[in-house]
Parts: sequence; C-alpha cells; structure tokens
Amino acid sequence: MVGPAIGPVRRAFAPWNDPSAKPFIEFRNVTKRFGDFVAVKDLSLKIYEREFFALLGPSGCGKTTLMRMLGGFDEPTEGSILLEGKDLVGIPPYRRPTNMMFQSYALFPHMTVADNIAFGLKQAGMPKADIQSRVDEMLALVKLEKFARRKPHQLSGGQRQRVALARSLAKKPKVLLLDEPLGALDKKLREETQFELMDLQMNLGMTFLIVTHDQEEAMTVADRIAVMNNGVIVQVATPAEIYEQPNSRYVADFIGDINLIEGKVASAGEGGTRLACAATGATVETNQTLTAAIGDEAWFAIRPEKMRISRDAPADPAVNALAGEVWDIGYLGDVSIYHVRLPTGATVKATITNATRLVERPISWEDKVWLTWSRDAGVVLTR
Amino acid sequence: MAAEAKDRSGWLRWLLVAIPFAWLLIFFLIPFFNVLKLSFSTRARALPPYKPVFDFADGIAGFIAKLQQLTLANHLSLFTDPRYVEAYLSSLKIAAISTILILIVAYPIAYGMARAPREWRSMLVMMVILPFWTSFLIRVYAWIGILGNEGLLNGFLLWLGVIDQPITILTTDWAVYIGIVYSYLPFMILPLYATLEKMDETLLEAAADLGCPPIQAFWKITFPISLPGVVAGCFLVFIPITGEFVIPELLGGSGTKMIGKTLWYEFFNNRNWPLASAVAVVLLLILVVPIVLFQNAQKASEAK
Repeated sequence: MVGPAIGPVRRAFAPWNDPSAKPFIEFRNVTKRFGDFVAVKDLSLKIYEREFFALLGPSGCGKTTLMRMLGGFDEPTEGSILLEGKDLVGIPPYRRPTNMMFQSYALFPHMTVADNIAFGLKQAGMPKADIQSRVDEMLALVKLEKFARRKPHQLSGGQRQRVALARSLAKKPKVLLLDEPLGALDKKLREETQFELMDLQMNLGMTFLIVTHDQEEAMTVADRIAVMNNGVIVQVATPAEIYEQPNSRYVADFIGDINLIEGKVASAGEGGTRLACAATGATVETNQTLTAAIGDEAWFAIRPEKMRISRDAPADPAVNALAGEVWDIGYLGDVSIYHVRLPTGATVKATITNATRLVERPISWEDKVWLTWSRDAGVVLTR
Repeated sequence: MAAEAKDRSGWLRWLLVAIPFAWLLIFFLIPFFNVLKLSFSTRARALPPYKPVFDFADGIAGFIAKLQQLTLANHLSLFTDPRYVEAYLSSLKIAAISTILILIVAYPIAYGMARAPREWRSMLVMMVILPFWTSFLIRVYAWIGILGNEGLLNGFLLWLGVIDQPITILTTDWAVYIGIVYSYLPFMILPLYATLEKMDETLLEAAADLGCPPIQAFWKITFPISLPGVVAGCFLVFIPITGEFVIPELLGGSGTKMIGKTLWYEFFNNRNWPLASAVAVVLLLILVVPIVLFQNAQKASEAK
C-alpha cells in the first residue's frame, strides 16, 4: 500500500475540479467579528473528503479564527459552517466530530501519556479493553510505546508533539484540525515531521486542516492551500498553482521570492499578453490570455530561478530582456542569488544553480549583464 | 588574589546561610526547648511557679539532681483526664470542619479571580488582602456586633420577616465557625488563586475538544491541577485553627471546647505553667507528625 502507489494516487486526487463532488466541509458566507474587529469577512470555502488542506497567512489574517469556528471554540457572527451537509453552528465543541491538535499541545499535565491519549475515548464511553488496544495502537503509530507511563513534563518537545497528535487522532475524528502543529520544533525535526504527517494522512484516509504561517510547510504537506489576508481568502489552489500562477501580487509576494515589474498593458487577448514597462524600459511578452483593457496598470511577476543571466546581449534585446549591473551576489551553497541593478535603480533578483564545483565564476560584481526569460517564465498580474 | 576573593566569597556564603539558621535558633528553637523543659517540670507555689529551676551555680552534681526531678506526669495526665482529650478532639473536629467550609467558600472566589480580566486581577487580590490592614482582634470583635441578639444579622432577618424573634448565634459553635471561616479565608484563597491563575486555559478547550462538557472538565482537569494549591491552603488554615484561641473565646460560649482556650486557662487562671507547656508540646506533636508523614508520601509519589 505504502510506497510507490502513493505518488500516482495522490496526483489523481483532485475532487475540487469535479463539479459533481460534494464538499465535506463548507464555510458559507462566514463572518466573525470581535467587537469592532472583523477577523473573518464573508468567507466561503469548500474542502473535500480526504483532503489535506492548508490555511496560510500572516498572523492576524483570520486563519486560526476560521479553524476555531470549525472546532466550535468560536461561533461565527454570520453565515454557516457545514460538515457533510449538516450545519455545525450552535453545536458545542464537545459534541463535534472534529478533533484539534493545539499549538501549545495542551497536554494534561497531571495525566500520563497513555491517560492523555485515552481521555477522549473514555469520554466517548468506549469499553476498557477497546480503549487499551486503541491507546496501544496510537502509541505505536507515533512510536512512543516506551513512554506510555511518563508524564508530559518528562518528555522532549518532539515527543510531546507526537503525544498531542496521537491524542487528537485517537477518536478517529472526521476532520483533524492542526493549529501550527510544528511551530515549536526545530527546523530539521519539523521537516521530518511534515513528511510523517503526509504519510499519516494518506494512510488514515482522514481529512486534515492545517493552519500555518510557514509557506514551505503548507507547500510540503497540503493538497490545496488557501492564502488568507485580512479575513478574506486571496487564492485557493494547489501548491504548484499558487507558486506558478499566483492570482495577485499579494500571493506572489507571500509565497517564495519574486520580482515584480510594473507596467501598462499594451495588448491582451488570445494570442498572448504584451506589457510595456516604462520604468525599466522593458517590454514583456507572455503566452498568457489576460482579460484586461489596453493601458491598464499591471505587474509582471517572475521568480528569480526563472531568469537567465548572461554577459552576452540576447538576439532580441527589446523583448523579455533587461540590462543591468551585478550589484551583489549571495552564495548559498546550492544556489547563488544575483542582485542585478537596473539603470533605473531598481534591483532584480536572479538565482543560478551551482551545478558544478569550483567553476570560475564568469559573472562577478559590477559586471554588465543581461537578464532574459522565456514567454512562459512569468505571469502578468492585474491586482 | 583569586584565592583571597574565593576565601572571602566562601566566608560570605557561610554568613548568608548562617543568618536564617541563627534566627531559627534564637527565636524558635531556644523558646521551644524552654517550653519543652517546662512541660517536664512540676508546679510550685513560688516564683517562677514551677520547679526545678536550673541555675549555673548548681554545678554538675546539682544539675544531675535537678534533671532527676523532671517528670512525664504532665503529659500523662493529658491522656488520662478526659477533659483534655475532649478539648483536643473538639479542636481537631472544629479545624477539620472549618477547613472544609473555607475550601468550599474560597474555591469559587479564587476561580472567579483567576478567570477575571487580567487588568482586574491585581485589584481583586488587593481586596482579599485588604482586611489584614485592620487588627485581627478588632475584626473578630466586629462580629460580636453583627451576630449578637440585637446585632445587624438578627436585625436584618427580623426586618425581612424571616424570623419573629432574635435567634441566638453568638456564644454558639455557629458563631465560632463563622468567625473562623471569615478570618482564615484569605489564607485559602491566595494559594488557590496562585495555582488556578497559572493554569493554561487551552487545557479546557482541549478537554472540550475531546468530548468533555465544562462541568466534567472542571473535575477532571481544573480541580486535579489545582490540588497543590488546595493542599497548601488546607495546611495554612488547619494548623492555626487547631490552636485558635481568640475566636472561640470572643464568639463561642462556655460549651465551645478548644485546646487554645484550655491552654490559656491552665497558664493564666490556674498558673499551671508545666501543664500548659505539656498541652502545647502535645499539640505540636499532633500537628507535626501527620504533616511530615504526608510530605514524605507526596515526595515519594512525585519521584515515581
């Protein structure tokens, strides 16, 4: 089951593209106000069964409030939240079929690891023998069999994180809510745990909803990401779409590194888009079909790794090319980041993979260089 | 130079440790041994009203002769005379009931304080401490004015029409309990507040998330976590209540038997200093032995 099968299965999984698919969780025009502050603004969102869904955004964007409303810890001011078609509004958290893994883990300090995991099962009135076998199963799942009798304060941060995970999974919730689950772990452990979470979600076939401010984490684990800002969703898409086809400058800038070049639409339509960038003197052409009027303000967004850097002038220096001077080089080992200063004073970043060791770097500080890119390398954004 | 500095810091450290020990020796251990010695003495119609009286002029032989005059008779009489046994038991009973009453009253107050908006909390703690600014004796006297037949409470109940004749509260055990609960309440509230305030409220959300309604969550999460505060508060009130003298003397009647009253009576009215000392020493043993056993048990369970 595990192993090679996962890849293809995972790639085929895209219920959001199927118009007949029924959403598992649905937020319908949800608004949440705390006094004067609007945490979530008229938000609608559909999440499908077995999906690993990420809510991504800076702190205060409303992502945690949205999750807490699904868990029942906050009630929406307006709108409804449906799980399998049933409205959850008004149902207290202790009667909801969701479980949450808290950012602080919230392990009960006076109980052992086993008692923590058994807590929800006991509440549900499960027979003793079943509780025991379920707890053992959970301990094995998170590889903490030897720690069953320990108290939370006798565990390391990583172990506590796994107890919290086991506790929230023990009741086999319909949806598992993960509130910044890996925030307290160091980088290496965090990366390992991200892959463990993905495997776990695949094997258990459960719906996971994760809240995070870490874009790499969201990109790694999630089937789809909702990028949030100021209580609204800016874009919902797969990690690759979010990265390659951001729908706005906000998303483009929030995920990864990007160059934004301002310009005016010169032509748009079926054949492609042409953008005149007066400030940099460049003309950008893409294959994109853009719906915009000629003369509209727009931005060309291109990732640094999609730029080519060269000393030689391209065949057509008038289109998809910029001339500049190397201002700074950041050597990161695997890649080098070139900061190229344009004659206008703006800086453009280009990343070069260091594919071989000990090259005589042909391009150095203060070199005059040309930056070029293909017609598919970037996108034109109108907002 | 380094060695010199180290020497001096060693000397300083020794001094710092010695100061509290010297304090304990002078103000606790020496008086205690004096009381202990007194409890083995015999009553005498003299000044001081006991014998033997040790003197540095006795010499070693005289000292040994006087040592032989010490007796266990006072301690033994406490156990043979039912009046004392009764007073001890009555004190323990009153202390136990009062401790439970105080816990019941204090817990909701401490809980409310710990869950109050953060900016209110220090003011609420202040209000709990505020009564200490008035003399304890005066506050207990004030209760005479409240609980008496013509007191505020009876006046209020008569005005309400709940009763048509004043009820006797003062000089009963009721008055003693009211006085004790009132006086010792802050000593229970403060340790409870300290543990409840520290508690992470996310734990209650986690409990709710796992299917636990709020009232059950209180008994399964909040109360067990606050147990150290409960234990500290109970010790803090139980011990002084057992030896309480002022409250039963002022608010209780002749029927209220407490060992503090007995002690006062033996010391000042009977001028039987040795017996009064024996009462005090036995009281100390009654309280100290169970506390030490309890603390050892707690340490053992923590180490497990």
